[in-house]
Amino acid sequence: MALMKVKFDLKKRVKLAQMLWLMYWFSVMTGVLVFSMGLFFKIELRKRSELMDNNESHFVPNILIGVGLLACCLNAFGGKICYDSLDSTKFAKWKSILKPFLICCLLFNFLLIVTAALCFAMRIPLEYTLAEGLKNGMKFYKDTDTPGRCYMKRTLDLMQMEFRCCGNNNYKDWFEIQWVSNRYLDFSAKEVKDRISSNVDGKYLMDGVPFSCCNPSSPRPCIQQQITNNSAHYSYDHYTEELNIWKRGCRDALIAYYGGMMNTIGILVFMVTLLQSAVMIGLQYINTSLSTLVNPEDPESESEGWILEKTVKETFTDIMAKMKAMGKGNQVDEGANEEAAATDS
Amino acid sequence: MVVGKMKFTFQKRVKLAQGLWLLSWMATLGGAVTFTLGCFLKTELRRRGEVMDNTDIHCVPNTLMIVGLASMGIDYFASRICQDALDAGRFPRWKTLMKPYFGCSIFFTTLMLISVILSYAMKGSLESSLKIGLKNGIRFYKDTDTPGRCFQKQTIDRLQMEFQCCGNSDYKDWFEVQWISNRYLDFSSKEVKDRIRSNVDGRYLVDGVPFSCCNPSSPRPCIQYKITNNTAHYNYEHETEELNIFIRGCREALVNYYMGLMNTIGAVVLSVFLIQSSVLASVRLLQTSMEAVAGQENVEIETEGYLLEKGVKETIMEYVGPVLNLLWLNEVAPPAAEEGAAGTTTS
Repeated sequence: MALMKVKFDLKKRVKLAQMLWLMYWFSVMTGVLVFSMGLFFKIELRKRSELMDNNESHFVPNILIGVGLLACCLNAFGGKICYDSLDSTKFAKWKSILKPFLICCLLFNFLLIVTAALCFAMRIPLEYTLAEGLKNGMKFYKDTDTPGRCYMKRTLDLMQMEFRCCGNNNYKDWFEIQWVSNRYLDFSAKEVKDRISSNVDGKYLMDGVPFSCCNPSSPRPCIQQQITNNSAHYSYDHYTEELNIWKRGCRDALIAYYGGMMNTIGILVFMVTLLQSAVMIGLQYINTSLSTLVNPEDPESESEGWILEKTVKETFTDIMAKMKAMGKGNQVDEGANEEAAATDS
Repeated sequence: MVVGKMKFTFQKRVKLAQGLWLLSWMATLGGAVTFTLGCFLKTELRRRGEVMDNTDIHCVPNTLMIVGLASMGIDYFASRICQDALDAGRFPRWKTLMKPYFGCSIFFTTLMLISVILSYAMKGSLESSLKIGLKNGIRFYKDTDTPGRCFQKQTIDRLQMEFQCCGNSDYKDWFEVQWISNRYLDFSSKEVKDRIRSNVDGRYLVDGVPFSCCNPSSPRPCIQYKITNNTAHYNYEHETEELNIFIRGCREALVNYYMGLMNTIGAVVLSVFLIQSSVLASVRLLQTSMEAVAGQENVEIETEGYLLEKGVKETIMEYVGPVLNLLWLNEVAPPAAEEGAAGTTTS
């Protein structure tokens, strides 16, 4: 008893083929879309690779690019088959490869589901990479004269301005590192000597942040030095002053940005999976309806189409039996060879 | 004296009609592109509308949008005309529409050329508008508590960060304006009192700039206060320090940005203008060559097509003449009436 059996006459077959052809071309375009999203994601990761310690994994965008290209090829091929299915002479040459093609499509669907899951799961390793990368980035902020690190200051400043964030977890991270280079510190001044002697490592620490942490929406000119000192500035209370500098940490900001991007891509890939399943089922119907013509010579005769020839359970047991037979076949051959060798000798 | 006379065989007419059909669809696309570019330019101008004093510059995108829509209509009609042209039975119904169609088309095509010229010519107007707008923006920077001006600070800060510029002509404009609000000045401190007494208007002037003038590419943390005082900062000389703050003025930055935009748009619209003119010339040639066929039994005869029946001057008089007559008619009539009145009185 077949799964989801449907009766087809010529009109219905033609309609199915036409609709399926359109759907295949739409799927080609979604394949291009997946490819371009993978490319975009790769470029975005590359742009900020300095902040990820040059350590980020490009596995997911590479898979997206591959899947996009594969989807384009498979769907273009499927569209050609649909186009030829209306003409019985042209369709005859595709008949033999249709079954392997459908199995390929099924495997491709599984690959798409895995890709979608990966998109959602990539958030976790990205979070760790970003935390590590930002911490090191801030440490190298002052090293604008060290080759290989001279652009870290610019990268961090531009990032803090673009993503409206300050520091790693929050702005207080800047209080714990020396972000002013020794080249610009007057070591003969009393203030500098006091600050350096006030901590174990001899670092020049201050309760100030770089200018890129400043919030343009603040009603007053930006206070970036002596932030925690209320008496240093007129009419200032750093507990209630919310608009002065960005409160959010850059790790949260970047995770939100990349997480949003990955969620969108994951949802898109999932919808592409659904579309691919629909066209695969459609192609199976075309395949079965064209091979079960009541009168093989007359193209206008009725036919039946189905998804699976037997029920799911029976099909599954059939496949298992086939695989067992293949395995047993090897053993029987070996056994026969041994017997033959034994009888010969 | 005919302008642009050409002989057309039947085959040539057919080819002309086919080529015109393709060209008119290209021109329709060009018209759509023109309209889109006009919308884009208008959006960009509106985004920075707060630092512009007047909206005179908006005539460029407005003209582009009108011309884009008009040319889409003109080219749609051109494609319909050329589709009907090869059918001698259907072509005559366009006869009455031809003259107004050409009048409109030439008007809008000249308007397209004018818009290209305008996009280059409006630079001076844009610059003066920006000069006044930025001056006001910098003056009202501190008024974050005054309704209607509370977002000037945010606008100017974001502008300076995005366009990498500082001040109006350059960063020194900030030295001449009090950009720190009185709300945040401690009037009991000696330093504040000194500064306020040091100038006639009683303003708190500093040789400092807002944080948005800071250049992220600078190797040292930004120096925004006491910029001209070399001793206030270690290892600092403000004459040689180039990367500390942005040197360029925002007026120059904005003018460069918008002129670059308008130059690109001008080049694209000029090519659309050329396509549009060739469409019009082809429609005229097709119309005149088909008119000679009308009424003939054999539609495959050779005919002549021309651009203008008479010379350029005479054709202009033909079109503009009726309009002028209408205007002059009022002047000519009263003297004639007076003469008639004088004549009757004398006789």
